[in-house]
Amino acid sequence: MRQSTVLDDLRARIALIEGSGVRHGSIPFGVDELDQRLPGGGIASGALHELAGSSDLADDASATIFLTGILARVEGPVFWCLRWRDLFAPALHLAGLHPDRVIYVEAGSDTNVLLAMEECLRHSGVAGVVGEVSKYSTTASKRLQLAAEGSGVVAFVFRRAAKPEEGDGSAAVTRWRITAAPSEDLGIPSLGRARWRLDLERVRGGNPHSWIVEACDATGRIALPAALVDRSAAAEDRKSVA
Amino acid sequence: MATCIPDHGRRIVAAVDAAARAAGVTPGLTVTKARSLVPELQVVDSDPEGDLQGLRDLALWAGRRYSPFVAPDAPDGFWLDITGCASLFGTESALIKDLYRRVAASGLTVQLAVADTAGCAHAVARHVPAGRPVTIEPGCQRRAIAILPVAALRLPARDVDGLHKLGFDRIEQLIDAHRAPLAKRFGRELHRRLDQALGMIHEPIEPIFPDHLPRARRGFVEPIATAEAFAKVISDLVDETVGQLVCIGKGARRLDCYFHRVDGHVQAIRVGTAAASRDSRHLAKLLCAKIETIEPGLGIEAMTLVTPLAEPLAARQGESLEAAGHQGPDLAALVDALANRFGQRSLHRLDPTASIMPERSVVAAPALAPRNGHGWDDDLPRPARMLDRPEPIDVIALLPDEAPRLFIWRRKRYRVTQGDGPERLHGEWWRESGAEADKALIVRDYYQVETETGGRYWLFRLGDGSDQATGSMRWFIHGAFA
Repeated sequence: MRQSTVLDDLRARIALIEGSGVRHGSIPFGVDELDQRLPGGGIASGALHELAGSSDLADDASATIFLTGILARVEGPVFWCLRWRDLFAPALHLAGLHPDRVIYVEAGSDTNVLLAMEECLRHSGVAGVVGEVSKYSTTASKRLQLAAEGSGVVAFVFRRAAKPEEGDGSAAVTRWRITAAPSEDLGIPSLGRARWRLDLERVRGGNPHSWIVEACDATGRIALPAALVDRSAAAEDRKSVA
Repeated sequence: MATCIPDHGRRIVAAVDAAARAAGVTPGLTVTKARSLVPELQVVDSDPEGDLQGLRDLALWAGRRYSPFVAPDAPDGFWLDITGCASLFGTESALIKDLYRRVAASGLTVQLAVADTAGCAHAVARHVPAGRPVTIEPGCQRRAIAILPVAALRLPARDVDGLHKLGFDRIEQLIDAHRAPLAKRFGRELHRRLDQALGMIHEPIEPIFPDHLPRARRGFVEPIATAEAFAKVISDLVDETVGQLVCIGKGARRLDCYFHRVDGHVQAIRVGTAAASRDSRHLAKLLCAKIETIEPGLGIEAMTLVTPLAEPLAARQGESLEAAGHQGPDLAALVDALANRFGQRSLHRLDPTASIMPERSVVAAPALAPRNGHGWDDDLPRPARMLDRPEPIDVIALLPDEAPRLFIWRRKRYRVTQGDGPERLHGEWWRESGAEADKALIVRDYYQVETETGGRYWLFRLGDGSDQATGSMRWFIHGAFA
């Protein structure tokens, strides 16, 4: 007991030195399974997060809506910096992010996207900033992380058409990979709620994990599939026993 | 119809319209002679001051719309320095086309030329009867003006006559001739004009400003050349301008800052705001972000800040005790900073429009513009990522209305496990543009399909599956769902 208080104290002091002592709160998913795995109980505000789909367009689309779902649950304007415009606004609306809240910045190149992001991140009146790039450097990620810490705005770098092995050496607090997963067969010629495989590949102060989740509903909330909730818990138990 | 000016007790034709020109009346004839050619000729007294004022107004209009550098080139033209201004319109030729279209639409006969130097543009615009805008490629002034008459060099009429007497008709003859004898006879003016047109010596354009709008100017005893000094002066100038704006109850929508260099060069930076503003810190920040584009050379001896565009802005309490709302003035400052950096066009919001075709259902609107009032559909499935234009795919599908079992897109094979559809969209025949999507009978049947890996795609078939008139039955992919 005594030892843990000492450790907590040390952690707090380290956090203060690292500059991450200023907590800006977090955006919970509202799904305990996910929130428990994230320090702060959700996507931390005032921090940089990285996410990627894959070279498959459907996976990038899934990552887009995953991101939209997070932004749908914060208040205020969102800046979305892109290289080119292939985002389809009605889909954002379907995931709960009202298109009126989104301002697009078509910056044209990766460098400009990052510049635009940094500019937006220095404004505390913004709810969230998204930047779509194909590549970005560690230095760039540090700059963005610092800017986000300063203003408390949540930042997302979305690596478009990213290959699986890419994306090391970044200052981002979390790194996600979202890929489409087969949905439940309803037995009729129709489609059920889409499913994603959610890989939390890296998280500062936590461990990587994977989930199969059901896609965002009209308010941007994801959910765990009913049939899988028990199974993954059981698998966890088995793992902890072994 | 013709206008006339008095000249030594006679009346001389100054300008003629197309009908009179066709009848043989030319400027320079006496009115009596012109009347003998065309008895029904209407002659009015010309109004040189009015002409100049009109020219100035036109120049100021172009200055507001295209470039801060505008100067009337009396009696019949104006100069516009469009260096670095093309990005507002996309390309230089888009800017020129826009200018040409608008001036021509106002009823004026217009000749446009784009060139590296003012002299060359002047010569080409007046002596190449192209009937459309002419662009001289960079560095090609010599070729462009070589075959033009010497009159194109902006020389006094006496010198032009003199040159003709000596057998100089075209500019190329002048370029090749020995300079000394000509200079002896015609003075230095001749070669100064020639060199200006060729770009060998610089010709400063002294820009004009609207009279009634706020203007602030600082002259320096010692030329300044550092970014810090510029920033300090800009903030002084902005403060002064804001003071003037308060007096007239307006806010700046656009600011031009001119840097007058010791050697006569004038450089300018232009910034715009999304909403009228009198926030001196914000305006100064916008201007300071562009200081790096200025080449101070040997130093700047004066700076002028002009507000070419101002809009009414009611007085407002500065820092109120209440916290600013989410869409407060803060956001306008950010939008301006981004727009000035990446261009006004790159920053937008999306609004829905009344169109059935998905690719047309969304339009870009300025970032802070009011909403257009159309609603978003809540119930139709729409992809998160949409391809710019639908791409053809090969499919295996059962007609008439089943989702494909397999499709090949970009040489990759996708096996479909589940599908939903069709959602039938009919062409918007009332648009009548000739495009495929606008044919009267055209039908697109959209299907959502899920592949074996779980990826969901949006496919459509042109045609309803039974009637050839509704489409070619080819399949396309249009986007991907979450």
